[in-house]
Amino acid sequence: MKKLSTIIAGAAVGVLALSACGQEGAPEPAAGGGGGGEAPEYEVAEDVDLSDSPTWEAANSAGTLTIGVKKDQPGLGNQEPGSDVPEGFDIEIAKIVAGSLGFSPDQIEWTETVSANREPFLQQGNVDMVVATYTINDERKKVVDFAGPYYVAGQDLLVAADSDIASPEDIGGKTVCSVDGSTPAQNIEEEYSDAELVTYDAYSKCVTDLQSGSVDAVTTDDAILRGYAAQYEGEFSVVGEPFTDEPYGVGLPQDDDALRDAVNDALEASMEDGTWTEAFEYTLGDSSDVEQPEVDRY
Amino acid sequence: MNPLIQTFLSGTWGTLALFGVTLVGCLIGGTILAAMRVSPVPILRGAAAAYVDVVRNTPLTLVMFFCVFGLPYLDIRFGSTAGMNSFVLACIALTAYTSCFIAETLRSGIATVPVGQAEAARAVGLGFGQVLSFVVLPQAFRTVIPPLGSVIIAMLKNTSIASAFNNRELISAMRNAIEVRGDIVIPLLLATALIYLVLALGLGRIFAYLEKKLVILR
Amino acid sequence: MSAPTQVLFDEPGPRARRLNVILSAVSVLLLLGLVAFIIWKFSDAGQLESAKWEPFTYAVIQQTLLTGMWATIKVAIVATVLALIVGVVFALLRLAPARAVSLPATLVLEVFRGVPVLLLIFAMFLVFGNQIGSFWSVVIGLMLYNGMVIAEIIRAGILAVPRGQSEAAMSIGLKGSQTMRLILMPQAVRAMMPTLIAQVVVLLKDSALGFIVTYQDLLYQVNAIGRTYNNLLPTFIVGAVLFIIINMVVAAIARYLEKRMSQKTAATTGPAKGAD
Repeated sequence: MKKLSTIIAGAAVGVLALSACGQEGAPEPAAGGGGGGEAPEYEVAEDVDLSDSPTWEAANSAGTLTIGVKKDQPGLGNQEPGSDVPEGFDIEIAKIVAGSLGFSPDQIEWTETVSANREPFLQQGNVDMVVATYTINDERKKVVDFAGPYYVAGQDLLVAADSDIASPEDIGGKTVCSVDGSTPAQNIEEEYSDAELVTYDAYSKCVTDLQSGSVDAVTTDDAILRGYAAQYEGEFSVVGEPFTDEPYGVGLPQDDDALRDAVNDALEASMEDGTWTEAFEYTLGDSSDVEQPEVDRY
Repeated sequence: MNPLIQTFLSGTWGTLALFGVTLVGCLIGGTILAAMRVSPVPILRGAAAAYVDVVRNTPLTLVMFFCVFGLPYLDIRFGSTAGMNSFVLACIALTAYTSCFIAETLRSGIATVPVGQAEAARAVGLGFGQVLSFVVLPQAFRTVIPPLGSVIIAMLKNTSIASAFNNRELISAMRNAIEVRGDIVIPLLLATALIYLVLALGLGRIFAYLEKKLVILR
Repeated sequence: MSAPTQVLFDEPGPRARRLNVILSAVSVLLLLGLVAFIIWKFSDAGQLESAKWEPFTYAVIQQTLLTGMWATIKVAIVATVLALIVGVVFALLRLAPARAVSLPATLVLEVFRGVPVLLLIFAMFLVFGNQIGSFWSVVIGLMLYNGMVIAEIIRAGILAVPRGQSEAAMSIGLKGSQTMRLILMPQAVRAMMPTLIAQVVVLLKDSALGFIVTYQDLLYQVNAIGRTYNNLLPTFIVGAVLFIIINMVVAAIARYLEKRMSQKTAATTGPAKGAD
């Protein structure tokens, strides 16, 4: 054993030394998702005064706006290895909103949130807002406020290109994969209990299973599935019959009405002046069949 | 019944199922590994030592990942449903991992059995297998009940890792509950911790009882 | 260790030795066959295509993996140091003669020992995450759990020191705290070194759970790479190898320390080693 670990320790040093001779540049990611093209730039408003909003006041005097985002959802909020900024539609929306509040993209601090900590982070003031595939619902409204929606996602299915699943009605007796504890997983359990649900801690594992044929479909919000369909072009396709409404909102600390009005204004303006469409096409692709939602000032 | 309570009840049941199957598996696996490590056949000794060294040094999440995503490529599947398959694979991963710790614990127990015992057994003509199973292992098991208890309680808590691999147990029950009731995150965390605590303390009591009844002090 | 195991069976004779050679050869063949089967199956499924492994030849990816590795090591080092401190403190509290001290300490210890470390880290992150960040969530979660386990290890070590040692210490006029510090603690730690090191390896492996609270450790980067380059299985294999290397290095350091300590014991106190 002693010898073995000496050899392995030697190998470790070898691996470290090896890292000095890797290829330059970054490997081509498998993800081809979204439309691509030039990164859009958004207007950064000057002389914003939102002194009625304590959140804005604090962020303004600190000079940075802290935004909670996902970093593992291709197309929406994703950070590639070796990169220090996330990319995706949520990120673009966040930049638009930040711009209208007077913060340029380099004044934004991106904080990673997971599904379970979005409410605590907003409640405790760790982040100023959350733009992280955050579905507006009544339970959440009890503890945080929502601006938007800025997009209405719907739960859909990602299947193999030659699959016989053509609508949600076809999943009886099939295995469907989603993320543990997520709303899409719970929907399957409640509404389509004749399908068998498989859950992992990340969609990437579901996709690996779909590829190996261990599951028949992956289910979650269509926006996320679009990203994967593009990544595996020809191999997978999105069924295209969303069977739920998941209005994505910008999560805000509760009772900061001034900030909520300002964010709602920013979202409405972006849908009117075309920056919303620009952001969508840059990250998720063709927007011709996508409807812009009505902002709900509840 | 309150849906939250129902969620947690079925989660607790899932944890206990994983625990029960793994308990049987890892006691058998650990005993076999320990026997291999002290066996007269060099290749068995070497194989067991190498296995223990590799698996013990790999995080359980990774062991489970390879069981869940590697074995299907080798056409290894269990049961007719994906849920059954994931349950068995998680139990295999937990067993493969925990067996290493049981084996190491048992081996230290074997070392405490006085040399005279094995010598006497051989003198009356018992072979290696008989020496081990009739004389040495029964005594070894009884000396290592306290550390064995810690290993098994650790395994109970390690079942939480299975939540990431399609197993419905306490942690996934907690995640589900947090997703629907984002307004009471901290009470949900406390409830989950409390259930684990009750299970672990209960198990601790069982081992304390066994220790009092069976342990041989040297 | 070797003496009692060799006593379990007779010295192999010529026939047994021949049998051993044959068995070894057969086992090696079986193992090679198994490896070949796995490789064949994996390549059949396209998991071994060069495209899936190519990302690892890039400096960016290697850098990312090394950064993740360093993050894992960093969290493990800080948590180990803190867990050792917490461990010593709680071992002493539990051994305190006053029940008013030892009882609450036992209670706290049982609570943190009875909860999965995954849950501790997660709870730290959800409850205190905004003040302390993900790094400290992981560190404190690991510290609470492993500190309690280490406390029990040290306590067992102290109780195992023969009573004559503390009696002798008292008879030469040492106070209780001096006896603990100068006589009992050093012997307990030395006797428990292998168990302590094993616990450090456990801690190191548990630090792999940091990715759940968005701490950018080795497993976080492994997930990110697998997601981006659609090579989950190859990336996890690389991740596992890196983890095994780290742990083997820790084990090697541990053996070195153990050897040095036993030499030191042998040189200064001679037969004392037999006592523990």
